[in-house]
Amino acid sequence: MSHLSERPEKPVVGVSLPHESAFQHVTGTALYTDDLVQRTKDVLHAYPVQVMKARGRITALRTEPALAVPGVVRVLTGADVPGVNDAGMKHDEPLFPDEVMFHGHAVAWVLGETLEAARLGAAAVEVELDELPSVITLQDAIAAESFHGARPLMVHGDIDAGFADSTHVITGEFQFSGQEHFYLETHAALAQLDENGQVFIQSSTQHPSETQEIVSHVLGVPAHEVTVQCLRMGGGFGGKEMQPHGFAAIAALGAKLTGRPVRFRFNRTQDLTMSGKRHGFNATWKIGFDAEGRIQALDATLTADGGWSLDLSEPVLARALCHIDNTYWIPNARVAGRIAKTNTVSNTAFRGFGGPQGMLVIEDILGRCAPQLGLDPMELRERNFYQPGQGQTTPYGQPVTQAERISTVWQQVRDDAGIADRGREIAAFNAAHPNTKRALAITGIKFGISFNLTAFNQGGALVLIYKDGSVLINHGGTEMGQGLHTKMMQVAATTLGIPLHKVRLAPTRTDKVPNTSATAASSGADLNGGAIKNACEQLRERLLQVAATQLGANASDVRIVEGVARALGSDKELAWDDLVHSAYFQRVQLSASGFYRTEGLHWDAKSFRGTPFKYFAYGAAAAEVEVDGFTGAYRIRRVDIVHDVGESLSPMIDIGQVEGGFVQGAGWLTLEDLRWDTSDGPNRGRLLTQAASTYKLPSFSEMPEEFNVRLLENATEEGAVYGSKAVGEPPLMLAFSVREALRQAAAAFGPSGVSVDLASPATPEAVYWAIQEARQGDASRLGHAVNGHAVNGHSANGKVRTDAEALSSA
Amino acid sequence: MTEARIKVNGKETPISPAAPHTTVLDFLRERGLTGTKEGCAEGECGACSVLVARPGVNKPTDWVAVNACLVPAAALDGQEVITSEGLATVGEPGTPPTLHPVQEEMAVRGGSQCGYCTPGFVCSMASEYYRPDRCAHSDSHADSDSADSTDHEHGPNGFDLHALSGNLCRCTGYRPIRDAAFAVGEPTDEDPLAQRREQAPPAPVATEYTQDDSTFLRKETLAETLRLLRERPDAVVVAGSTDYGVEVNIRSRREGCVVAIDRLPELRELRVESDHIEIGAALTLTEIERRLDGDVPLLAELFPQFASRLIRNSGTLGGNLGTGSPIGDSPPVLLALEASLVLADADGERVVPLAEYFTGYRQSVRRPGELIRAVRIPLPLSPVAAFHKIAKRRFDDISSVAVAFALDIEDGVVRKARIGLGGVAATPIRALATEAALEGKPWSAETVEAAARVLRGEGTPMDDHRASSLYRSAMLGQSLKKLHAQTTEAVSS
Repeated sequence: MSHLSERPEKPVVGVSLPHESAFQHVTGTALYTDDLVQRTKDVLHAYPVQVMKARGRITALRTEPALAVPGVVRVLTGADVPGVNDAGMKHDEPLFPDEVMFHGHAVAWVLGETLEAARLGAAAVEVELDELPSVITLQDAIAAESFHGARPLMVHGDIDAGFADSTHVITGEFQFSGQEHFYLETHAALAQLDENGQVFIQSSTQHPSETQEIVSHVLGVPAHEVTVQCLRMGGGFGGKEMQPHGFAAIAALGAKLTGRPVRFRFNRTQDLTMSGKRHGFNATWKIGFDAEGRIQALDATLTADGGWSLDLSEPVLARALCHIDNTYWIPNARVAGRIAKTNTVSNTAFRGFGGPQGMLVIEDILGRCAPQLGLDPMELRERNFYQPGQGQTTPYGQPVTQAERISTVWQQVRDDAGIADRGREIAAFNAAHPNTKRALAITGIKFGISFNLTAFNQGGALVLIYKDGSVLINHGGTEMGQGLHTKMMQVAATTLGIPLHKVRLAPTRTDKVPNTSATAASSGADLNGGAIKNACEQLRERLLQVAATQLGANASDVRIVEGVARALGSDKELAWDDLVHSAYFQRVQLSASGFYRTEGLHWDAKSFRGTPFKYFAYGAAAAEVEVDGFTGAYRIRRVDIVHDVGESLSPMIDIGQVEGGFVQGAGWLTLEDLRWDTSDGPNRGRLLTQAASTYKLPSFSEMPEEFNVRLLENATEEGAVYGSKAVGEPPLMLAFSVREALRQAAAAFGPSGVSVDLASPATPEAVYWAIQEARQGDASRLGHAVNGHAVNGHSANGKVRTDAEALSSA
Repeated sequence: MTEARIKVNGKETPISPAAPHTTVLDFLRERGLTGTKEGCAEGECGACSVLVARPGVNKPTDWVAVNACLVPAAALDGQEVITSEGLATVGEPGTPPTLHPVQEEMAVRGGSQCGYCTPGFVCSMASEYYRPDRCAHSDSHADSDSADSTDHEHGPNGFDLHALSGNLCRCTGYRPIRDAAFAVGEPTDEDPLAQRREQAPPAPVATEYTQDDSTFLRKETLAETLRLLRERPDAVVVAGSTDYGVEVNIRSRREGCVVAIDRLPELRELRVESDHIEIGAALTLTEIERRLDGDVPLLAELFPQFASRLIRNSGTLGGNLGTGSPIGDSPPVLLALEASLVLADADGERVVPLAEYFTGYRQSVRRPGELIRAVRIPLPLSPVAAFHKIAKRRFDDISSVAVAFALDIEDGVVRKARIGLGGVAATPIRALATEAALEGKPWSAETVEAAARVLRGEGTPMDDHRASSLYRSAMLGQSLKKLHAQTTEAVSS
């Protein structure tokens, strides 16, 4: 067992604990960024001036009318920026744009004594525009060849040979929607000046160091004059990885110019219309199978809807390509990627970061092809799993470690879910119910852990022991509900050998730990846990020396367990507080900064090859749905999950991540429906679903009625802190099982063996049309070149049927 | 101008200097009670849920959870509010407060992750915790749509999960919250909020709250209110504010004069007469739901699908009809029930059939200065009744299409058919052609097939973000076929 993964005696990691802030959460006393406004004096409120056109060059921006509004203090425009007018890292994202690039783009900000004054001021700002042609949909962007950024190509093996060896070659197209993060807490920041004019910003950000970096370049000051703190976020999900920076810079700029605290908080409409979302994708594909249904070759092109600026679209696309294999061995592959430039919000990180999109493509392919191959979808998936011990690599050349876990979790889910019996029950139910059908599907996941960009795979921590024995830890990760802080306290207590109550955690601040990476890529616990462990080990080594002297033993024979130091073979004891006290008087340093870098990674973005991931997280889910044939409405009856988190650092928190990720994934695939005005009318480019009343998240009615989640046992991961694995993102993709179950249930309304194309999201309407297609379908479509086509129903009216057909069958 | 004040967590708190449009949410936050959160500002997410002491259904007072983001603070003048901060019991200085039982269950079961929605969940859960008949109802679930669904929507402790239908969580996937809800026990006798239920609720208070050019008014009687409406034709009438609050927050609506009618006794009566039921227009949907207790099956089918519990705790039939929205969920049902409206103004009352009430998109025959006082539903009721709401989400969604059926079927023949439709035209409509295609015909697959074809052609459904026109039309026909399948399956089994 590696040093990193080995757990000491009586570790605090592995114990099921509630969230460290649960008490504050339930009593309403946990503070979020905007709660600080009420505790701060003389705060100004910032309100954006949004232009409600999809694209156009600004020809006039008149701020005087706003200044005439009572309570308006100042209007911020591009002329006010002392540094660089850019909100991103790619220099394509002006903080104050000259050209409106999407409907709702903010071109100026109004500072007011009250939010109401700032709002009225923003409404009074006059903007004149030379409207320009806009591209709204992904299809239009592809047709117009409107692309930006990298065009990666992933090549593995020889696809021509692979297709030549294939018995069945099937082609298709699949377009699927993005997803709004809908963290319950919208973007917010509060900026204040300290005595030297330095800026202190409290921001709801997953990446305080990058918020600091962008504020610093906007203000034109060095980074050490800017401090960013994040108390906690009311949800992030990737939406606060890159997007908060520009907004925080507005608050900072306002504070710098007025000398007063400046607060900004989006209302939900602003958050939905101004911040980026999960990328929707288009995929065109051609796949070859041998006579037994084993994949021989895949040729695919993935086009991500990047929106107006690049933001994180390039790494998102890279991760999509790196996950198109999912759990399947694809000996010959050629996968091209490109990023569409559209006049919509700039799409960004969202839990899974392109991984879900890549994996959805292959799962959709298998779901559609299984009937055409005459195979049960479960069987088709099993036949294509990576096999351990055969030297198989991913299409980007990384060996698939722990490949046996793909089958292990799959088999455990089959057993837990009682697949065989329930398959019979479902068949009997379906035979007896012409208007209601059930189906059960299993899908698995393999998700690579680490940032694709090697440099991000580092973490830092600062651990302080006060002379009364209490411990304060700081680390570079942010808390957004995922329980990172809880786990980090458990890691510190474990390494130091003390009870959890001795450890307190201070909010994330850039002046405690510098140059941190985003809390993203599921890596928060791996990176920061490694750093905390490192810092605590330094402190422990020093304290063991002190203890050894007092206990009359060698330091290597001393253990600190549950707050008591003992030497092997001796019954002398030294309590932690006394030990710390002695160390202080012996002038032993009681603070340490810790550092961690993930070893063994390399990535060549040009050749698109390397070993970008430290390890893979595995899981499998079995979902049963029931579909109403009259309406397409459905419910998720039961879900069983086995998921691999290594040896869990904190089981209740990990199970919470699995369940929450699953339901969020199910929301993306079934319910959550982003719509834009694609007409040529005056509101072209407007987000139509810009409120909670029109953009529907899963509620209680969408959670699985029976929901069984189990963590894979005996699953130590050698390459991560205390044998654990990352858990934040991977479970989202377990929700493919719901989508595939819906496809199979829709198919059950038709003749046996019918292949069903299902739009994504699979709303009740989409499922209804899939049922109608199945009812009309016949099983004779099996062929060597079959064209599949599933485009989500709303985009460009690309329904899978004509209106007349649908009406006649309705 | 009176001094308007709200008793918040036991402490009298003046509303001034808040503007009259200021919501309870902003009022609380500005006073440092930041546990109550804004998630959507339109009553969809429940992060702002707080408890209000209201006239009870089974005890003098109920602790009713409402969306603080929608209700103007001035509307709660003289009322009592409890927030998440007020649920915990404060201990000795320096010691942490003792958690309320729902807070305890939420905390220890992993019911909070990011914690932002949690205070709202806690308040909604507490409201159901204090529902007097919760434990008595632990074995009966009359309003659920199938026996199969009751187990996971009703806990062994009688907890009805619909109590949380207006609360959204983006982190947990809900399972631990459901576990917490199903684990809470019964309030103890010492529980001060349980004891509070035995006392009379705070009386409505005549309010005149003015800041700058804007006034919030509440009169004590209907007569005074009607006189006021005659004098102030610009006045905007609010009951539960579930529509007005959205207008204030999302569309920045600012009115000079707002008049509250939700506590007028004349609008809060529910009477069952020999030939009709009269329901006061300002009774909340929850009050109607609980007081009718299934007596009007079509309404009983409607309520669990009507918005969320949080909205039903504030929203009224008068409001749902008064806004004239074509996608309100009550009009199709009331049309099928052949309801009439009792309209009152300072000169007196008149009765208008609902079928003649709507005149255009958000337009009606209601005159300026006129209020909906009550809704009358004629008796006897048609025995075959169904409400089919087509929406993306089962809890708390807005209809793409809503269809309500009330049929008399005797000896296999449709004697009378009344069908109300929502979401297919500028107003809610009766499906008159379909009714004609059914009446006098045998209740057979052939009749239904033909009538479904007619029903598909009723109205002029449109394409929008909720559904395509094609799907809406299809769902009209499908709803009749589904009803037929349900009735015949019920007979055969």
